[in-house]
Amino acid sequence: MTILGVGVLKGLGVTLKTFLETYPWGRVLLRAVGIPSANGLVTIQYPDERQQHSERFRYFPFLVYDKTPDDLRCVSCKICEQECPPACIHIVGPAKDEQGRPLKAHGRTYPVKFDIDMAICMSCRICVDVCPFDAIEMDNQYEFASPDRFGRLVFDKQQLLKSAEYFKQIKPSEAAEVDARLAAKQAKTAPPAKPAVPPNPSSA
Amino acid sequence: MTSLDQLFVHAANTALGLLSDRLRPWASIALRIGVIAAAAPAIMMYLTLYERKVIARMQNRFGPTRVGVYGLLQPLSDGLKMLIKEDVVPRGADRLLHLIAPILAVVPAILLFAVIPFGRRMIAVDLNVGLLYVFAVSSIGSYAIFMGGWASRNKFSVLGAMRSVAQLISYEVPGVLSVVAIIMVTGTLSLTGIVEAQAGRWFVATPWGFAGCLTFFLSGVAEVNRTPFDMPEAESELVAGFHTEYSGMKFALWYMAEFLEAFAVCAFTVAFFLGGWQGPAIPFWALAGLLAAISAAAAKLPLPVRFVGALASAGAGLLWRAEPIPSWIWFLGKTYALFFVLIWFRGTFPRLRADQLMGLAWKFLLPLALVNILAAGLWSAMPFPVGTALSASLLVVSAWALVRLNHPAQLDHRTYVLAD
Amino acid sequence: MSQTELDAKLLEVNLGPQHPSTHGVFRMNVTLDGETIVKLKPVVGYLHRNHEQIGERATYIASFPFTDRLDYFCAMSNNFGLALAIEKLGGIAVSERGEYLRVIMAELTRLLNHAAVTGFLLNDMGAFGTPLLYAFREREKILDLFEAASGSRMMCNYVRPGGVRQDVPPGWLDQARRLVEEFPRFLDEFEALLTENEIIRQRTQRVGILPKELAVNASATGPLLRGSGVNYDIRKVDGYSIYPRFSFKVPLGTVGDVYDRYYVRILEMRESLKILQQALKEINDASPAISPKGLALVKAPRTFRPPKGEAYGRIEAPKGELGFYLVSDGTPQPYRYHIRAPSFINLTILEDMCLGQKVADAIIILGSIDIVMGEVDR
Repeated sequence: MTILGVGVLKGLGVTLKTFLETYPWGRVLLRAVGIPSANGLVTIQYPDERQQHSERFRYFPFLVYDKTPDDLRCVSCKICEQECPPACIHIVGPAKDEQGRPLKAHGRTYPVKFDIDMAICMSCRICVDVCPFDAIEMDNQYEFASPDRFGRLVFDKQQLLKSAEYFKQIKPSEAAEVDARLAAKQAKTAPPAKPAVPPNPSSA
Repeated sequence: MTSLDQLFVHAANTALGLLSDRLRPWASIALRIGVIAAAAPAIMMYLTLYERKVIARMQNRFGPTRVGVYGLLQPLSDGLKMLIKEDVVPRGADRLLHLIAPILAVVPAILLFAVIPFGRRMIAVDLNVGLLYVFAVSSIGSYAIFMGGWASRNKFSVLGAMRSVAQLISYEVPGVLSVVAIIMVTGTLSLTGIVEAQAGRWFVATPWGFAGCLTFFLSGVAEVNRTPFDMPEAESELVAGFHTEYSGMKFALWYMAEFLEAFAVCAFTVAFFLGGWQGPAIPFWALAGLLAAISAAAAKLPLPVRFVGALASAGAGLLWRAEPIPSWIWFLGKTYALFFVLIWFRGTFPRLRADQLMGLAWKFLLPLALVNILAAGLWSAMPFPVGTALSASLLVVSAWALVRLNHPAQLDHRTYVLAD
Repeated sequence: MSQTELDAKLLEVNLGPQHPSTHGVFRMNVTLDGETIVKLKPVVGYLHRNHEQIGERATYIASFPFTDRLDYFCAMSNNFGLALAIEKLGGIAVSERGEYLRVIMAELTRLLNHAAVTGFLLNDMGAFGTPLLYAFREREKILDLFEAASGSRMMCNYVRPGGVRQDVPPGWLDQARRLVEEFPRFLDEFEALLTENEIIRQRTQRVGILPKELAVNASATGPLLRGSGVNYDIRKVDGYSIYPRFSFKVPLGTVGDVYDRYYVRILEMRESLKILQQALKEINDASPAISPKGLALVKAPRTFRPPKGEAYGRIEAPKGELGFYLVSDGTPQPYRYHIRAPSFINLTILEDMCLGQKVADAIIILGSIDIVMGEVDR
């Protein structure tokens, strides 16, 4: 039978060790009595320092454009709008002229309006998974707190547009994958010199 | 060194000396009241910071760092926040009692400060019945708690208040009994007298003093509702216990009462058992030798550093003889160290259940305190080695017996099957 | 007359829905005699989010992010459960590496869940958050791994029918191995803080005893059931995924009280570490993270129309048996989508465990059941 009180003292020992580990002199003291100790302070002083996020860290989606902001990859096929689990994407498009023929920019149709309600978006990345054109990607910016739920948290097309360069910068390996995929697609579709069409869903 | 030791006393005397003879007694009273009324909230505010910092460090956190350097202004900002917060009184509450209760809780807590011997001759009122005064005043708090719980018209508050009253009354008994031994040995009820009686040896170094110190401190912790005995406010069960329905400054007053009482418990434990304002009665050569040995043993350091360290500590040992540390620093240092233990408990332990808490008071601490009185009698009646040995063995045997009697088969060590 | 006198002694207290230790918005309608509980009625439903109905209008893939939010501590294993059901329904093969990654993720989830739950249990007992913060300190390390693999710390949305959505980034496995190596040190520290502590033993031993028969009859699962000494672990019973390849034990309690549940969780963490060690050693670098059919499913969710029929996929989630029941009518959306939530079913025996105990015990019994309201109310 163990002596009553030993367990309590053990617990006190653990907390005291942690207490000492958070101070440099405490670590010296611990090492002097032969207890290995690492820096015990694990919290991050948030506004002063920020957590290093991994490359895949995802927050809200954004729309990728290639060179100029009107050269966006989105063709307004509305697959993401349909598949978005919380239904936070609202697309009006593709843009049409008066006769109802689709307008094209850089050989592609484009959306008139592309809104994402960030208050509803749950950062699930399904829109990225389903996009056949790699036109939408996940951003890693996360400081969007706002007291204005309907004004500032509904992002329109202008706010969502970010360059492919930016994408390459925040997610180099993912961007490389996407680029390779797009290049392969271009190579395949280049001979007939037609813009990429959405793949027939039944072929997948 | 006496000048530093008596710094505050001299300052007060000088200030009072400027006044006419007729005014002096009144001014003296006003000064004492003023100092305590100003010091108590200040002490409380920084105790909150102390607690938050220490617990944070025990949990791998920084604690408050934002307001001021090292968060030193945090208590002020908390105080301001409390002041400007809305004061909510629940519908159907007894408004008058709801208002009086926190005030009634704070007043005795501050009154306790009147008899704390902060240093040599640094005591506001050296009552010759100081010890009785301490217990009389500190038990008023339970009225306040029950009043607040009842007036809130909230079931959680009432439950918390009922627990609190039961707990306070139960722990008062072993608390009082544990200091009976001191009265027997010193023959005085005055706190100054008790501290002075410990000049050669702190009472904690005697067998009965050790047991008494533990009993007194534990029951004190229970009386001020600190972990692991924080039943009345049991956050996880009773939301906040008796102060569930308090907000703003009234809530701050509850908090203040709690912290001041906790501080007072530490202070009285120091005064009764840990030598009060006196430094440890260690011969200076022993201290110097110890320090020198430590610095020599720090083998990781280069030799010259070790040599200098040894010289410095030998010097420190010589200096020690001159009592360089003022008495009030000794007292406050010991009190804060003891308060660290309180925080340490809070950072480590969960709380006991209400009935287990009562069991601890009535079935363990109370008999132990009674036996302790006998042990103190043996100690003082017999010559040195015999008395000490007898009282020590009496205490050990009775503690063991109490544990065995109380300790049902409930705490078992179990073996677990690892099935496939 | 005597009846009224008797009633007047009883105090009815609502613990919750706003209460510090009801683990979310849960209400216990407690009738007290002094401090002793004579009646307890759990009230659930405050967090109902229509998850099952949403699952019936969404495609199979679109339900994954919602399962993250069921038991928000264990997003990975929730994903895993749904993936199993869909695989059964659609007859999708799983890639070898995908299987390993899923098992690794599920066991990491078990580690973080059990550590955190023990911390919460101690919070319910009145500890000032220290064990919880120690657990969260380690949990953060696991969440870092989840973030590196899936992009999100808690709402991972990572497992997919056929494997996992994306292979782990380079260096991830080494990081995981390091974590598995270091985790026992945390467990030892945790146990030094808790296991032998007299106060904790006093509070938890012989409290909230759940007899074996009652546990089985109430279809309790998970550590709650095993704490009562019933040897039932779906990883062993079903042998789903690649669990039969690993050697691990199922820790069983003897008394069935809160302490047993606590300690069974600690031991399960140690067993999980064993599984992780084996999985991280054996994982095959060659095969893809997701099988070809699974990949197609991800890219075009509407093309996945499983044949008419039903499937029930279940896993040993950290909280117990997590089952997903799917009925397909041949359309891209399931005809019926039902979740057997372990938190909810384990919660049903709360009253039986609490009767005759004190209020303080009810709180820790609730804590020891380990519920997450997101899963209870769905």
